[in-house]
Amino acid sequence: MLFFKGLSTFGRYLELMGKTFSRPERMRMFFKQYVKELSQLGVDSIGIVLLISFFIGAVICIQIKLNIQSPWMPRFTTGYTTREIMLLEFSSSIMCLILAGKVGSNIASEIGTMRVTQQIDALEIMGVNSAGFLILPKILGLVTMMPFLVSFSIFSGMAGAYATSVIGHVISVDDLTYGLQHSFTEWYVWMGIIKSLFFAFIITSVSAFYGYTVEGGSFEVGKASTDSVVSSSVLILFADVFLTQILS
Amino acid sequence: MIEIKNLYKSFEDKEVLRDITTTFEDGKTNLIIGQSGSGKTVLMKCIVGLLEPTRGDIIYDGRNYVNMSKKDRIHIRREMGMIFQSAALFDSMSVLENVMFPLDMFSNDTYNDRLRRARFCLDRVNLGEAQGKFPGEISGGMQKRVAIARAIALNPKYLFCDEPNSGLDPKTSLVIDELIHDITQEYNMTTIINTHDMNSVMGIGENILYIYEGRKEWQGSKDQIMDATNEKLNSFIFASDLFRKVKEANKD
Repeated sequence: MLFFKGLSTFGRYLELMGKTFSRPERMRMFFKQYVKELSQLGVDSIGIVLLISFFIGAVICIQIKLNIQSPWMPRFTTGYTTREIMLLEFSSSIMCLILAGKVGSNIASEIGTMRVTQQIDALEIMGVNSAGFLILPKILGLVTMMPFLVSFSIFSGMAGAYATSVIGHVISVDDLTYGLQHSFTEWYVWMGIIKSLFFAFIITSVSAFYGYTVEGGSFEVGKASTDSVVSSSVLILFADVFLTQILS
Repeated sequence: MIEIKNLYKSFEDKEVLRDITTTFEDGKTNLIIGQSGSGKTVLMKCIVGLLEPTRGDIIYDGRNYVNMSKKDRIHIRREMGMIFQSAALFDSMSVLENVMFPLDMFSNDTYNDRLRRARFCLDRVNLGEAQGKFPGEISGGMQKRVAIARAIALNPKYLFCDEPNSGLDPKTSLVIDELIHDITQEYNMTTIINTHDMNSVMGIGENILYIYEGRKEWQGSKDQIMDATNEKLNSFIFASDLFRKVKEANKD
């Protein structure tokens, strides 16, 4: 029973995506929405991405130094491990899990409220493809901004690691710098960015689906918002396993 | 003109609309009345295409909306204006942007022409001064007037109003009713109003369709309603003391 319910939900999701990825009625209005979403979903997330990445970078550096470093380990291990964790997992996957909470709940509640207050019906009556008008700019907006957010997260995490070195004197700046540069593989940056593009699609499309299909009132909108965060987080984790296997 | 022929609508096993056949005429305010749960909203949703009828025909000036291709349906939808019960204004847009929205989407006019048309529509509903405000900053009555301005921005042939007076005081309801009635005659639109406000029925009911448990029970004008002998209609219309007394006074 649960299997068929899941299959039916997936079918409705695909149907919505089919409606979403159609040619916009008026490119002028589409670009207006797209620019708005770039700002709302991307630019407005920069602050939280920088803040969380900075502290996580700092904490990783301290934890590695305290727990792994020993006289038998090279001194650059702390910087090296911090960089690898930031590049490979935190700045793409974990950061997207955080964004699933911030951006995903925002999308689901915005579209869900539009549904229950008949704003989506109003668009349909006007002859506007409401899914294309509301969802496509969100998907493209976050997918466009995600590489920038990943890059900011990487730099901010490293800045956090330097802060522990300069302010906390946990590790010397030279050792940290050497570790951060040691055996650098450029592909890992691209891997993080590629993964994050898939995650951006998951966050926006899944959250939009939950918001768009809301039936009822404010209680259901709240539930859709929570469900969207849970579902997109689980899907991100699943996708992470497969993408890491494929891209490594 | 909109013709409805043998319209049925079911939700799973429950039949909500049964064999509705009627005509809504141009330049007239056509009212659909009935108790809560009688099927008024379902009927309107079928007419505008938000719900698919189980069977039957909906004909817009000779064009059957039920059998129509998606492309043709969108074409007809652009000839429609709709005022929702909740006004359904876009929260993130100002009053002026709300009215300009259909013009921005579908008009090929220049920006200045679109702006002029939007301001004209706002002036028509006496809201010229509120154009910079957001829906959350204006009253319910003003929101309904903005919804009317947005609905008429593209000169629609068909205007649909779902309980336009819901949540409004009697005086504001009267203003909204008169506005819808005047606009209907001015633009010679086919207007369908879904209501259970008896003031609207007595004020602007040029063609009234009474639905009872999903069936067409009675149809006529506000002048005919006073002398109607249909028991179900009478128990609905004259449920309040006020209207009973009006009827008795009319008899005298």
